[in-house]
Amino acid sequence: MTQVPDQTPIPAAGPVGGATRGPWARVARDFARSPLAMTALVVLALVVLAAVFAPLLTPQNPYDLMQLDIMDGMLEPGSPSAAGGYTYLLGTDDQGRDLFSAILYGLRISLSVGVVAALVAALVGASLGLFAAYVGGRTETAIMRLVDLQLSFPSILVALMILAFLGKGVQNVVLALIIVEWASYARTARGTALVESRREYIQAADCLGVPMSRIIFRHLLPNCLPPLIVMATIQVARAISLEATLSFLGLGVPVTEPSLGLLISNGYQYLLSGQYWLSFYPGIALLVTIVAINLVGDQFRDVFNPKGRG
Amino acid sequence: MILWLLKRLLQAVLVMVAMSIIVFVGLNVIGNPVDILISPDADQAERLRVIAELGLDQPLVWQYVGFLKAALHGDLGNSYVFNQPALQVILQRMPATLELAVIAVGFAALVGLPLGLYAGLRSESWLAKFLMAGSILGFSLPTFWIGLMLIMVFAVQLGWLPSGGRGETASLFGLQWSFLTADGWRHLLLPALNLSLFKMALIMRLTRAGVREVLPQDYIRYARARGLTERRVISLHVLKNIMIPVVTVIGIEFGSVIAFSVVTETIFAWPGMGKLIIDSINVLDRPIIVAYLLLIVVVFVWINFAVDVVYTLLDPRVRLGEKGSAR
Repeated sequence: MTQVPDQTPIPAAGPVGGATRGPWARVARDFARSPLAMTALVVLALVVLAAVFAPLLTPQNPYDLMQLDIMDGMLEPGSPSAAGGYTYLLGTDDQGRDLFSAILYGLRISLSVGVVAALVAALVGASLGLFAAYVGGRTETAIMRLVDLQLSFPSILVALMILAFLGKGVQNVVLALIIVEWASYARTARGTALVESRREYIQAADCLGVPMSRIIFRHLLPNCLPPLIVMATIQVARAISLEATLSFLGLGVPVTEPSLGLLISNGYQYLLSGQYWLSFYPGIALLVTIVAINLVGDQFRDVFNPKGRG
Repeated sequence: MILWLLKRLLQAVLVMVAMSIIVFVGLNVIGNPVDILISPDADQAERLRVIAELGLDQPLVWQYVGFLKAALHGDLGNSYVFNQPALQVILQRMPATLELAVIAVGFAALVGLPLGLYAGLRSESWLAKFLMAGSILGFSLPTFWIGLMLIMVFAVQLGWLPSGGRGETASLFGLQWSFLTADGWRHLLLPALNLSLFKMALIMRLTRAGVREVLPQDYIRYARARGLTERRVISLHVLKNIMIPVVTVIGIEFGSVIAFSVVTETIFAWPGMGKLIIDSINVLDRPIIVAYLLLIVVVFVWINFAVDVVYTLLDPRVRLGEKGSAR
């Protein structure tokens, strides 16, 4: 790459959140070029909105026992409720819980666990990665060896190990996901920082006598952000998927706070007797969420990668 | 070469020691070892006696040395549930897991390689594009949900295949194997397919990328100029050159297949190590948990070691002794 990508010098000049002009407007414009990615973004927005406004959108609070009618247990999708009033779009479980409502409430837990875990992991991992690149020497070697060690084991095994010691619970799952994911952020952040810190604009800032902290936060960090944003997007999807898997295995969230994975797990026991909907629809919700996030992340990668730009 | 091997070996041992410390600390700092090692029914006098006997009143470092010593002798305590040595319980279930993992990796390679080759050679055809889109789905779909859907379609609705268990087994080298009987194969098919889908997508993409990288090379053009048949160009020149990364990945992924068998085994009630560890975590059978974690660490370290060595032997460009050899 001989020509310097046009995005690099700009963030140092103005604040990152520049609204209409500047690098982020270009990112938005480039992003909108792919109809597939835009569709995914719209779907994702709908999923998030559905999760946020779940209490307003659902006919019942699936975890308020007063609102459940045992007479409506195990109804097929599309059945009307015994007391009249509304239709169970996606059927009910053995306690007469509306599956559609349960999915929206489950989405809340899945999404918040995934987002919180991925963001905290990003913060911890990126800080450690930048720190490693900045201090160098033995500290850097120690941190990066730890990263190598952890990444040589599959994520599910690391999570399993942590939850085996800690026991289940929402906080423990989040903690396990953070520990699983921080290493990839650290590797990416360090790699990018090493490349960027050799660039001319950093040298120029250095020659101008700009203080070190200002160089790191105003010049280096904004330019290391794109790969980290791409990674954070994909890692949210990974975190949601891993949480679902752990919950399915009975090691994740407790029964009182069922995520999509736990809903699927609950439906599993009825699968063999033909009540497919209890596992099928939460799975579809999970799938749509993960695929949408991955597609958005892929598009981010294309937008931020100067080589891929047409 | 010998020196490099020794160095790499030392690294592997160091990783194992580090992981054993993590497991030990996890046990002792996060969990209370007294609760872990003494059955909950014991009274106070019994507890004190066992604490002294197990050396739990000793400094942590000495405890670790004792733990390591016992572990090296294969003594990791007795399972509460099975009332047998924990290691023995796990090793009994190992063949089932290995069998499943090997067949899953086999599926992944047998299907992924040809499809990837096709997608690379005919990258503009609609089938290739369809395959690539399908592989993205293969990455996104959570393994456990695919497993459920496989059961739903093939076991419940079509009734073609059983939904769980190992089926009939036959004995070989004193161990029980499912792949030796027709009934065993019927039971193997769905879980192996489930476990292999992710890796299939991975191998396919890898092969396709490799083919597209190799095709424009001079030696391919030269081979064609020499008038070699397309079949010979592909089988000799293309395949040979893309095999190095593919074989490496298959090796590395074998470990992750064993790890992910935890999920597949739980869904298909496959009586292997993975199902055992989940059951043990759910009933807090700690000796089994510790033994499983230590064993899997050892397995992983050796797989990584073996892959490193094979990689070095396969690819003459990897120079020994340089910084890069530690990957």
